[in-house]
Amino acid sequence: MTEHREIARNRTLWANTKIMIHIPLLRAGRSYKSLKNVRLSHIKTGEPFAEVSQANRGLIAKDLGEMARYQKALGNHSFEELISMCKEAARLFTTAELPLGEPIDGETQSPGAYIRHVSGTTGLPESLCSQNMRKIQTVLEEMDMVLDGLTRGLDMRIFDAGWGWGTQEGRTLVYVCETDALGAVLPSNSPGVHTLWLPAIPLKVPLVLKPGREEPWTPYRIAQAFIAAGCAPEAFSFYPTDYVGANDILYRCGRSLLFGSGSTIASWVNTPSVEIHGPGRSKIAMDGAQCARWEEYLELIVESVAKNGGRSCINASGVWVTSHGAEIAAAVAARLSSIEPKPLEHPDAQLAAWANPKAAQAISAAIDRALKTPGAMEMTTGDRIVVLDGCTFLRPTVIWCEDAEHPLANTEFPFPFVSVVEVPKASLVKSMGQTLVATAITDDVTLISEVLATPLIDRLNIGAIPTNQISWDSPHEGNLFEHLYKQRAFQYGNL
Amino acid sequence: MDILNRELSQNIAQAQATLDAHVRDIVDWHFSPETGCPFWLEFAENLDFDPRKEIGGYADLKRLGHFQDEWLRGGPVRRWVPKAYANEPIYVFETGGSTGIPKCRINVRDFQRDYELFSQTLSDESFPPGSDFLMLGPTGPRRLRLAVEYLAQHRGGICFCVDMDPRWVNRLVRYGKHQDLDDYKNHVVAQGLNVLRAHENVQCLFTTPKLLEALCEKISLKRVGIKGIFCGGTEMDAQFHRFAREELVPGIDFVPTYGNTLMGLAACKPFDLADNYAVIYYPPQPRAVAELVNPENPDEPVDYGETGRVMLTTLTKEFFMPRFLERDEAERAKPISRYPWDGVENVRLLTELQESVVVGIY
Repeated sequence: MTEHREIARNRTLWANTKIMIHIPLLRAGRSYKSLKNVRLSHIKTGEPFAEVSQANRGLIAKDLGEMARYQKALGNHSFEELISMCKEAARLFTTAELPLGEPIDGETQSPGAYIRHVSGTTGLPESLCSQNMRKIQTVLEEMDMVLDGLTRGLDMRIFDAGWGWGTQEGRTLVYVCETDALGAVLPSNSPGVHTLWLPAIPLKVPLVLKPGREEPWTPYRIAQAFIAAGCAPEAFSFYPTDYVGANDILYRCGRSLLFGSGSTIASWVNTPSVEIHGPGRSKIAMDGAQCARWEEYLELIVESVAKNGGRSCINASGVWVTSHGAEIAAAVAARLSSIEPKPLEHPDAQLAAWANPKAAQAISAAIDRALKTPGAMEMTTGDRIVVLDGCTFLRPTVIWCEDAEHPLANTEFPFPFVSVVEVPKASLVKSMGQTLVATAITDDVTLISEVLATPLIDRLNIGAIPTNQISWDSPHEGNLFEHLYKQRAFQYGNL
Repeated sequence: MDILNRELSQNIAQAQATLDAHVRDIVDWHFSPETGCPFWLEFAENLDFDPRKEIGGYADLKRLGHFQDEWLRGGPVRRWVPKAYANEPIYVFETGGSTGIPKCRINVRDFQRDYELFSQTLSDESFPPGSDFLMLGPTGPRRLRLAVEYLAQHRGGICFCVDMDPRWVNRLVRYGKHQDLDDYKNHVVAQGLNVLRAHENVQCLFTTPKLLEALCEKISLKRVGIKGIFCGGTEMDAQFHRFAREELVPGIDFVPTYGNTLMGLAACKPFDLADNYAVIYYPPQPRAVAELVNPENPDEPVDYGETGRVMLTTLTKEFFMPRFLERDEAERAKPISRYPWDGVENVRLLTELQESVVVGIY
């Protein structure tokens, strides 16, 4: 009954655009409604749906000047308290009505509404939003294990005394925190990405979050879940802002994460304080013997490419093989073609709609243009762009590349797009280039030692493991603990 | 209330009549062979009517079309000097330079007159007569640099300046050189801090929003004795205005201004909390008019409260610029008793240009 009432209430909210949700800033946990706003439209109707307060640059700078104080407030919680708060935040994030909008309105957001909100502005199907919500829940619930992985078993209680001094297996260990805040310039592609900065809280580093334009929902809700779980509100700053404001966060925070590609990241490459999360270009590599048995790995390939709408950096955008390339490409195309656009609320929807249809058109046109360069062929057929239920979709696209240098051979788009590339075994690893996740399906010792040796691969799976199946206790494009803390030499003598 | 409304209506009508008479004088001046400048005299030769006879008021300026800023980029700059001023000392001022070759405008005394008028809008309490100024803003071939100095002198003070090149800043922004940008900003701010620390009588400040933020990170302006700040630039929006008043410089008189080399300087509506920090400017009519027009059809003014493209008209004896379409947009604001003509609210860069133009710290 309650659920029915909630559905009815949300329908009214959606129908009546005058009741627009307003998402304020969080200034060290304090809600602040800006006079500068960005309006988000509902992906289906195009109607204004939410209004998001925008932080001016100076306001961010002023608040960041106070971060040392906020870090102390967060540091007052013991490690064990913080781990329990993570577990409680996991529960609240997935089950509770949490504050949304201005506190004056007393507006709250249920988990169901959260899913509809994310889907409504980003185009990710509700079922996938729900899966992402579970990912966040898992990481929060298993935070002790995640940290155990990142620190390789360091006893985190050494930070409770205010300085990271302890011993491990009889050796003195001292860590110093490199920053009083972790800046994060975040994307809108998929809520699961927010799991990457969650460990900062138990690592006692306040967060300065700049959400992606279409996805303010998840970081805001996570912050509210933590605050409701008893965590120091000062640890959460949430600043939707423009390019200038985002750059200021990166410039001023001692340590930051930056998600993006192209010009967004260009000027921050080689800046040690900024850890860049660029395009994944994740790949599956198969050698001759396994290529002959490709049918056994077809589902693994399909999952790697298409899971989560193909939007993640851990989705495979390339299948690099040493033989049977055309055959594999045709089979992957046949299998991926069965994934058709569905309304976003459909339980089996697997494709995400595009918040900006022009971007979808531009990507499709870019693919068509690149196909004019000899050496590649599209294996999928029919219209790539489909409009359904008021939303624009790109249908899965499979390219067969005979030439590893072809512009489509090593590229990535945020939808199920994959190039099957055939290369000689001797040049396989070298030609794959920078790769976030590589799954090497091979038992060839030489190839295994090559993939193990190359620094161009970030996360490596050897064996039949989909690229999107990741263990949370492993570092991802850098280790957050190592990004935030430095081990220092330390000696202590009697006076 | 009715009496007030009636009085305002009368004042609006009076202001319109003054404007129309002023337009006739200015057109007469610029299109007369005795006083006009070569540019407008030549322009008139290609018209099929005599502006001096047929332009009877502001509305008739439409017949001259839109002033093109390209006319101000390069070319013999003396073609803009009215014959009547041929023997006067001439200044040339350039625009910021963020959109290619800068525009040039000649000046004789206009900048002084504009700032004398602006001075009347400043309070003696927060901009005390005889107190000194710090001009922490763009220098070089800019009107603002001399204008602020003149304002200080006009109010009996002395103006301290710094070196600041906004075009260099634009380059740093364009190429994403964050570190260099920060170094340069610190260099400019450090010069300002030196002035503030060394000269106790500096009680008034001109600066841009970004430099004000940077300055406030280093020093409490209240503690060093600053009483009044006027601040301009397209970065000035309602949110910045509020942030400045509430957090950056609380207790200091904060006066937003909107100006440029071509128009002069518009004063801000006196602060009223009821405006919710909207930044509302009134041009110095009849010397300049700011009209808001439909970007698709500039002949069509927008309604009050609606967004339009800023169309500027400058009407002084030194410079005649009819109906120039600025790169800014704003909402049209209603006349008020102090300024019984249209104002512009929340001026910002045209939406279509917002991604392509670099606006640095200027």
